[in-house]
Amino acid sequence: MSNTPPTLVRELPHKHYLNATYGAGLRSWLLTTDHKRIALLYLASVTVFFFIGGVLATMIRIHLLTPGGALVTPETYNKLFTMHGVAMIFFFLIPSIPAVFGNFLIPLMIGAKDLAFPKINLLSWYIYVIGGCFVLYSFGTGGLDTGWTFYTPLSSVYSNSAVTPAVLGIFINGFSSILTGLNFIVTIHTMRAPGMTWFRMPLFVWAHYATSLVMILGTPVVAITLLLAGLERMFHLGFFNPALGGDPILFQHLFWFYSHPAVYIMILPAMGVISEIIPTFARKPIFGYAFIAGSSIAIAVIGFLVWAHHMFVTGESTYAALTFSFLSYLVAIPSAVKVFNWTSTLYKGSISWDPPMIYALGFIGLFVIGGLTGLFLACLGLDIHIHDTYFVVAHFHYIMVGGAVMGYVGGLHFWWPKITGRLYPRSLSRFAAVVLFIGFNLTFFPQFILGYLGMPRRYHTYPPEFQVLNVLSTAGASILALGYLLPMSYLTWSMRYGRVAGPNPWPATGLEWKTDSPPLTENFEVTPVVTWEPYDFKNRPDLGLGTGTPSPAPAHGDD
Amino acid sequence: MHRTGQLYGHFETLEQQKESAALGMWVFLVTEVLFFGGLFLAYTVNRGAFSTAFGAGSNTLDIKLGGFNTVVLIMSSLTMAMAVWSAQVGKKKLVSIFLIATLGLGTVFLGVKVIEYKQKFDHHLIPGQGFDMRYRSEHPRATDDPKEIAIEKEEVEKTFAVDQDTNAHGQLYFSLYFAMTGLHALHMIVGAGLLVWLIKASFAGRFTPQYNTPVEIVGLYWHFVDIVWIYLFPLLYLIDRHR
Amino acid sequence: MTEHIVSPKIYLAIFATLMAGTGITVWAAFQNFGKFNIVIALAIATIKATLVVLYFMHARYSPKRTQLVIVCSVFWLAIMLSLTLADYNTRRHEGRLASATTCYRA
Repeated sequence: MSNTPPTLVRELPHKHYLNATYGAGLRSWLLTTDHKRIALLYLASVTVFFFIGGVLATMIRIHLLTPGGALVTPETYNKLFTMHGVAMIFFFLIPSIPAVFGNFLIPLMIGAKDLAFPKINLLSWYIYVIGGCFVLYSFGTGGLDTGWTFYTPLSSVYSNSAVTPAVLGIFINGFSSILTGLNFIVTIHTMRAPGMTWFRMPLFVWAHYATSLVMILGTPVVAITLLLAGLERMFHLGFFNPALGGDPILFQHLFWFYSHPAVYIMILPAMGVISEIIPTFARKPIFGYAFIAGSSIAIAVIGFLVWAHHMFVTGESTYAALTFSFLSYLVAIPSAVKVFNWTSTLYKGSISWDPPMIYALGFIGLFVIGGLTGLFLACLGLDIHIHDTYFVVAHFHYIMVGGAVMGYVGGLHFWWPKITGRLYPRSLSRFAAVVLFIGFNLTFFPQFILGYLGMPRRYHTYPPEFQVLNVLSTAGASILALGYLLPMSYLTWSMRYGRVAGPNPWPATGLEWKTDSPPLTENFEVTPVVTWEPYDFKNRPDLGLGTGTPSPAPAHGDD
Repeated sequence: MHRTGQLYGHFETLEQQKESAALGMWVFLVTEVLFFGGLFLAYTVNRGAFSTAFGAGSNTLDIKLGGFNTVVLIMSSLTMAMAVWSAQVGKKKLVSIFLIATLGLGTVFLGVKVIEYKQKFDHHLIPGQGFDMRYRSEHPRATDDPKEIAIEKEEVEKTFAVDQDTNAHGQLYFSLYFAMTGLHALHMIVGAGLLVWLIKASFAGRFTPQYNTPVEIVGLYWHFVDIVWIYLFPLLYLIDRHR
Repeated sequence: MTEHIVSPKIYLAIFATLMAGTGITVWAAFQNFGKFNIVIALAIATIKATLVVLYFMHARYSPKRTQLVIVCSVFWLAIMLSLTLADYNTRRHEGRLASATTCYRA
């Protein structure tokens, strides 16, 4: 080929978004409206919350080493799992992929200079930070012991912990999510480059479109719900307090109307990441593009019809429970469509075992387990038995950690060369991916068994016969921690010492790989015109793959 | 994100910029629909359960003030629509006049709301320790018509005889009343702020047939707030007037 | 996309209709239609809201995309209301949610 192979690039581009200065030093970051810099602001802040949540998780697992509880008092234990949930769900998982990768990549992928509302984008980061400060204030001044679900009347009347600032913090943070979703939807509608039709968009963008729908349609409801719960606590009102005539189940309806779809805010973007990684490293157009795109939307829509399956053991009507149980099964259809299409893409592909691919394959395995156990829980009869046990805990960790975080770390490895312009050590990162997979399964698989045997969640103590499985789980957690610390360290290392990646190291087909790594502030020298179909490796001489049999071009020369 | 004239650098054309702004406001209004939707759901469930108490609570509201406010708000929607029209046809002076009229009507609405809230304080209708829906009929103000008061008192006594919990559940009605009208008023205040900003810009002659997006999208917001009130008025003031 | 300018005459006509609607709502509220009082009140409010959306907010002249956004908002609101009320309306126990008497008298 006449093109220069990407591996020969020796230096970072002369000018890019990281060294462009709009003002001096820190100000150029805190007042930036560049979507790529805002993405990095989010990356830093979600990492802080990931650490906080991670430390709390570690303490929970250490505590559960012995049946009587090894570390903290029962009251503190309640606070540990509550704060772990709040930090991880509202401040890490929900913003993680959308606010970091979505922000960074959507304009690049559709050939735009920025999101439609750059200032609102920055505003949403500040809102996130303010909301985060409220929650940290709550953590620091008495903690939070209501469970991340804030069920009333415990949260609104009886809890002696700092519920009010936490509720306000999550209320505020909701607007960050809403504005991000709004920005994405408008950007995808109006900012696409010439030739970038809806069905030429990368599936990552489709997934984020679906995610944004959930964000704008669900988040306002949890905002009003938590606002009412907060008012109830502050002014002793009775919206959800049965002692004053209110209905706690109404709180649960309103809360889960958002919080179930919120699971899709976490998993859909991860599915988008996987849909990018799989074809790139199978070197093959993705199988069933339209079905994967459509299934993202279908998940977003059906996801709004299933919320009351969290409430099967409340006083909910049996008929409603039956309906919600049936509707919950329906979500399995679009989810399965995705999994089958990914595996079909792998079939007869030219698979290269680069680090992002290992994370992606790990994602598929863990997501399948998490998804199928979700069907157990959707089953009305079975759910009565395993409701509020460790089975549920294991299930949603398989989806949220095994799925969403695996996708997040996989995406980090996939786009790290684009974000920083540098590569990370290949062998070490592949090793880390395997460690993460093993550590995760060892942590959470025993919890399925524990739950099925009847160990309830949120208890600080358990009968002695459950100890073996709990010790296994804690041991797995320490391996899991290693699986997170490894990438953190070598990725940080690579920012300075990594080899220069060049514009398209894998190579991949998206528009984001057609610009420099790291990209210019304006993303592209000239607005690109899209003339090719997505994930088409055959008709893209610019990728330097040659024609005929695809040859795996090693992205990393040395380790 | 530098700016050349009225076009921000990250957009290709003015058309695209305008479309984005309008779509952005519509999408924002969707979130508002669901935000208020949660409140309306809470209202529906509680009204279904405590219809007597809700009826009694509703009857303590002043229908004249509520009706007057409805008229005021719909008028402000008309002036807002006219402000958009004036900008579209390039009558710069009219833009300012109609925007000021909208702001004026909005302020009247909020003023009436203040009077109503004050009445609730006077009548012991604030949820909490001193809440008592019977209070008003026992302590009529001098300006009230004694005949009306007598009828009302009788009705209230009858209601309370039927349902022992009416007074307690009336608190739920008033909690929702304050939450709903309070959030609505908060939206009005935000809208008033936006109007002040628009009025300043209109004095500078910024709005022309080519560039009037701010007027248009603030208009969308203002009309939405009007729509919320269109539902709040019958749901809060007119529950139980027919008995 | 050429902008559609709605004439002030239409605005005035809509305004008059909204005023009439308000009058009818108040009048209807004082008549006893039994169960239908709430239906009538909500129907009139919905007609008024629709007029505001279609004409004051120009939805009638807006691109299809905007109209879709509006339909979506109503659709999702309907999901939330109908599925939640489906629960409340099919519960075995009737009427009230809980008694406040004990708590308040105490």
